[in-house]
Amino acid sequence: MSVETGGSSAAHEVMPPPLASAPAAAAGLPPEAGAPEELIQLLTPEGERVDHPDYPLDISARELQGLYRDLVLVRRMDTEAIALQRQGELGIWASLLGQEAAQIGSARALGAQDMAFPTYREHGVAWCRGVDPLQLLELFRGVSHGGWDPEERKFHLYTIVIGSQTLHATGYAMGIQRDGATGDGGEAVIAYFGDGATSQGDVNEAFIWASVFNAPVVFFCQNNQWAISEPLERQSRIPLYQRARGFGFPGLRVDGNDVLACLAVTRAALRAAREGQGPTLIEAFTYRMGAHTTTDDPTRYRLAGDLEAWKLRDPVERVKAYLVRSGAADASFFDEIDAEAGRLGAWLREACRAMPDPAPLSAFEHIYAGPHPVVDAERDTYAAYLDSFDDSGRDGPGSPPPDGVPGGPSVPGVAQARGTGGFGRSGEAR
Amino acid sequence: MTTLTLARALNEGLRRALEDDRKVLIMGEDVGKLGGVFRITDGLQKDFGESRVVDTPLAESGIVGTAIGLALRGYRPVCEIQFDGFVYPAFNQIVSQLAKMRYRSRGSVALPVVIRIPFGGGIGAVEHHSESPEAPFAHTAGLRVVACSSGPDAFTMIQQAIRSDDPVIFFEPKRRYWEKADVDTTASVADALPMDAARTVAEGTDITLLAYGPMVKVALGAAAAAREDGRSIEVIDLRSLSPLDMNRVSASVRRTGRCVVVHEAPVFGGLGAEIAARITEECFYCLEAPVLRVGGFSTPYPPSRLEEHYLPDLDRVLDAVDRAFGF
Repeated sequence: MSVETGGSSAAHEVMPPPLASAPAAAAGLPPEAGAPEELIQLLTPEGERVDHPDYPLDISARELQGLYRDLVLVRRMDTEAIALQRQGELGIWASLLGQEAAQIGSARALGAQDMAFPTYREHGVAWCRGVDPLQLLELFRGVSHGGWDPEERKFHLYTIVIGSQTLHATGYAMGIQRDGATGDGGEAVIAYFGDGATSQGDVNEAFIWASVFNAPVVFFCQNNQWAISEPLERQSRIPLYQRARGFGFPGLRVDGNDVLACLAVTRAALRAAREGQGPTLIEAFTYRMGAHTTTDDPTRYRLAGDLEAWKLRDPVERVKAYLVRSGAADASFFDEIDAEAGRLGAWLREACRAMPDPAPLSAFEHIYAGPHPVVDAERDTYAAYLDSFDDSGRDGPGSPPPDGVPGGPSVPGVAQARGTGGFGRSGEAR
Repeated sequence: MTTLTLARALNEGLRRALEDDRKVLIMGEDVGKLGGVFRITDGLQKDFGESRVVDTPLAESGIVGTAIGLALRGYRPVCEIQFDGFVYPAFNQIVSQLAKMRYRSRGSVALPVVIRIPFGGGIGAVEHHSESPEAPFAHTAGLRVVACSSGPDAFTMIQQAIRSDDPVIFFEPKRRYWEKADVDTTASVADALPMDAARTVAEGTDITLLAYGPMVKVALGAAAAAREDGRSIEVIDLRSLSPLDMNRVSASVRRTGRCVVVHEAPVFGGLGAEIAARITEECFYCLEAPVLRVGGFSTPYPPSRLEEHYLPDLDRVLDAVDRAFGF
């Protein structure tokens, strides 16, 4: 390692110099500290509406109310899930706190025909795609691995191995091309991932594939500044959105706590994809306000002060401020949403606790399309083993959850997702 | 009947699959204009176009990952991994994504993806070009794993694999690519022996020899040589490694009372271990000797000048047969 030729003492076996730190201007600073002109914003943290020359957005009061409702309800779902984990009802939960606007804004930009590929934190996107919230709880309770029909919901299964789904999204987009399903009224794909995922080979391969095949896919990166305990500086020396240029497609950074900007930017990127202009990388600049998951302790690696600073940019409060300021909603509207959130929370609590464990032998189902001698033999052997006990439990729980999950969500007192509040099919909303 | 190399039989099978179903796609490195480094896909891009026979960027995870996406969209991608040792960059996509997606979705998702892998040694290649990585795939629930050993099987099994609604890892015996056989290219796939069935390729009464892929020829050679010594060896070509056709295997071993399993992959933790354990459970009272295994050593694949020592050959197989009769 040492190239010195003089002395030979151990002291001359010099230590390598400390690794140079990434420049402070790299990625993780709050937008104000970087180059503000990079950040696309339509609604300031104070709730003031601002225009952006490239992303005009004409939005009705009713649509705005719909977005606010989404934001409040998914936050309530998240809060409730954390509480259920603390009570031992869920094994783990990955909170979306702080990322509601990035998820609701981007997901409400999707048309009903568009396909979304999530990570495991996209509860807000799941909500917008009409996935039953109970099916999300099922996953984190250990009752299923998800289990919704991806094609029916146009929302793929949660993907836990970081970044893998970006390739699936790209392949799916290549299928859309082969189907000739692009163009006006056509289809596009959105791939969700985080800042940590940008270090994965799969994400970089997805960028390459999408670029060289000009696939109709939008890469939506929620940069929440943290990959569990590792800050963005550990992933990148440049702002993430700038990576796109090296792959040959546009990248842009949007205020991820601004639901309107996320909506407008995603809508434009989807339109470009459909029109044959290929992929776009959107970096939604946001902050993970909670822990990575309920097993995590962020006080070990980040400062409380950072959290306080980001609280001032809360994605829900700014929409409320704008609704009030613009007179688009009155007190009764907010009361109604709060009451709805309360009903949603109560229902989730109750339904989660009532959720039965699956029947033991269901573990042997859906591994292969047809019969399989090894699986079948093992199932039969295990069934006989269970039967050798007095209370085998074989026929016990495992009945399908109430309310017929596949038919779509049915939250009592809460009209969810697609086709709601005048903003359900927001892909068509203008 | 047409006399074809095994490589050409695969090519004809792929061509037939492309003709039969417009959802079938071929994707991989150099599979288009070049026709693949072994020319398995020769001429297919010219006849079926660049959107169905796709020259991909050079990244195996990307090939399998995008194939999964295409399958979710209703396509039936056939991926070529150029050499056995290059499959590992795609391991996560195969094992964690491809194999499990049907299960995770409670059956609402089907992934009819075929991953073709030329495998095994004996061609004097450099590192990473001669391996036999079938065991980890056979170990993975959700995958079907098959290996063809002859031209006629290559022709039908590749079509069966493509028609399967499960993901199939399709191992091709690369050192047999150039061997010729009569292949009926008009044969109906529906009438062919199912992909997951083993086949008895030589009948015998004294001992059962199990092999697959490139080792079937070695096993047949051993059977012919032993016959001259008055020993009757039954040779079974396993064809399917997951699931295993244990009915055929056990029926044979119950008759012969002895069994040797041969593969190029290392013996330790290999398919032979699983087969030996199952035979012991199913045929215990019929066995005259323990099930013996012949295979690669617990070393990395050696430099090619040493591969003749690593790869099971006729003499090592016959040595194991002799040992089986020594009990």
